Amino acid sequence: MRTNDVILQTTTKVVFFIIFLFAIHIFFAGHYTPGGGFVGGLLTTGALVLLLLAFDLKTVQRALPFNFVIVIGIGLLLALGTAAGSIFFNVPFFTHAFDDFTLPLFGETSLHTAMLFDAGVYLVVVGSAMTIIQSIGGDA
Amino acid sequence: MINLLLFPIIIPFLFAIVLLFFKERIVLQRVLAVVGLLAALAASLYLAHTVKQDGVQTITLGSWPAPFGITMVSDMFSALLVTTTIILTLLVVIYSFTSIGEAREHYFYYSAILFMITGVNGAFTTGDIFNMFVFFEVLLIASYVLIVLGGEKRQLRESIKYILINVVSSALFVITVAYLYSVVGTLNMADISVKIAEIGQPGIITVIAVLMLIVFGIKGSIFPLYFWLPGSYAAPPIPVLALFGALLTKVGVYAIMRTYTLFFVHHTDFTHGLLMVLAILTIIAGCIGALAYFDLKQIVIYNIVIAVGVILFGAAQMNESGLSGAVFYLIHDMLIKGALFFLIGIIIYVTGTSDLRKMGGLMKTHAPLGWFYLIAAFGLAGIPPLSGFIGKLLIVEGAFQADHIWGSIIILASSLVVLLSVIRIFIYAFWGEPQSLPATERKPYRQMMVPTIVLVVLTVLYGVGTEWLVPYMTDASNVLLQPSIYIDAVLKE
Repeated sequence: MRTNDVILQTTTKVVFFIIFLFAIHIFFAGHYTPGGGFVGGLLTTGALVLLLLAFDLKTVQRALPFNFVIVIGIGLLLALGTAAGSIFFNVPFFTHAFDDFTLPLFGETSLHTAMLFDAGVYLVVVGSAMTIIQSIGGDA
Repeated sequence: MINLLLFPIIIPFLFAIVLLFFKERIVLQRVLAVVGLLAALAASLYLAHTVKQDGVQTITLGSWPAPFGITMVSDMFSALLVTTTIILTLLVVIYSFTSIGEAREHYFYYSAILFMITGVNGAFTTGDIFNMFVFFEVLLIASYVLIVLGGEKRQLRESIKYILINVVSSALFVITVAYLYSVVGTLNMADISVKIAEIGQPGIITVIAVLMLIVFGIKGSIFPLYFWLPGSYAAPPIPVLALFGALLTKVGVYAIMRTYTLFFVHHTDFTHGLLMVLAILTIIAGCIGALAYFDLKQIVIYNIVIAVGVILFGAAQMNESGLSGAVFYLIHDMLIKGALFFLIGIIIYVTGTSDLRKMGGLMKTHAPLGWFYLIAAFGLAGIPPLSGFIGKLLIVEGAFQADHIWGSIIILASSLVVLLSVIRIFIYAFWGEPQSLPATERKPYRQMMVPTIVLVVLTVLYGVGTEWLVPYMTDASNVLLQPSIYIDAVLKE
């Protein structure tokens, strides 16, 4: 007989979003304060692992129908693409560009292509951590 | 195109990523892997041409000035190694089509190969000592995948040893870089060289030189740090073994040659003397191993160890003949080891065993295989018109110039042992009474012959076209002999 874990599951439903938002915050804060793609990715994985603990593997896979190997691929492509973009402007590889933009909701914002690179790192970290956990935790 | 020197690194990386998306589509994987390697080959050939025309190519990533950003440097030495690496990988990939088996191809086999090439080419091209560590890890982690892929019992056992050894040596690498950084305060290799010259190599730098020799000696399998190699290399299937045998130890050799010609050049009596003694012992240990076995794989694996010793012995002379001989021999050895592993792979495929005593008479049934094997064997031993001759000749000449008579005699004697060890394979496998062969399909055997023949022909051309290659080799050894060329190219005002 399966134990009733209604408290765990209900708490998870709330806490998951708090952790996930904190991960996003850490990710975007990385340029000026401690944080960045790596920690952000690990925190996101932490949130997903909490889901895995509270529910089972099948439920989580149904809720998040990603193939995490593909996520790694997309992350790597994003990181390589950001770095390689400089080739087309004939400046050294990895030269980043940045500027200030006035966005409708955020106001005066500094946008930097390093953020795209970080997004690649984020996806690779989430993808590889989830691939490890799913393939160790799964039956296959 | 200021980014040209990065293309041999980026193109395999890009295709390795793209291959992650097509796990189940084997034909598409094969096509993409070959296309990617052909593109990288074109880029690396053009790069070698550019380096020949315009001198050392450098770029500092992210447009930062030289000692502060990561510099990538392509001199002739690294451009030649990168080109050889890509040629070999292309042939290994083609060889794998028929020999590796679909089960492995389904699990990111080609992706792992391309990631490994990214690491190898990056390690050959980088001008930053910590970046070299990172590229070492890239190639090592991809090689862990390749050594264990398939999950046979033997592979699992040997991959544990292999990973354990390499984790330890990587940790030692980080510690060594930390020591070096605390002394000179920089990671850029050209800048390190300048700083070491300024402080005149005190004792601690010599200690770091020995630590580096230990670190790269584990990767490059010198005596007494080669103990992991024979077991680990015998475990994976032949195409992977060819890739490892031809490339991985050579990255360690390259790193030793680079650091010992660029950094630690002020007290060569001790550092290069030690390197020379270890190189001689490596040759002797390899010779003993090459004669001791009746196993095809082990014989060729111990020949890797011998070649590492010969190259490092040449590099330790620190004169023009010695260094250009080492460069010649390094490239020759990458090509010929690839060819030999391909050939013994076919012999094992045809006979169904790797035990010499259980085979015989192949010359009657597989004559072309026998003749190509004989050419490769003579090339390995260094019979004059073939590829191994000029490198060893220059190394011996360099050793005589530096008055290391006994060392050169041992090198010459080792050639005889090498010849004996590979001719023993020839005599056992190709002469004598034909043994009953297991049924093999003719078609895969023919398809495996194609890349093998291409590689053997390349080694023959390498030997015959030596005269044509000399200007390239001279450029390569000049950079090693005169670190100022390298330093000026990187730290240009």
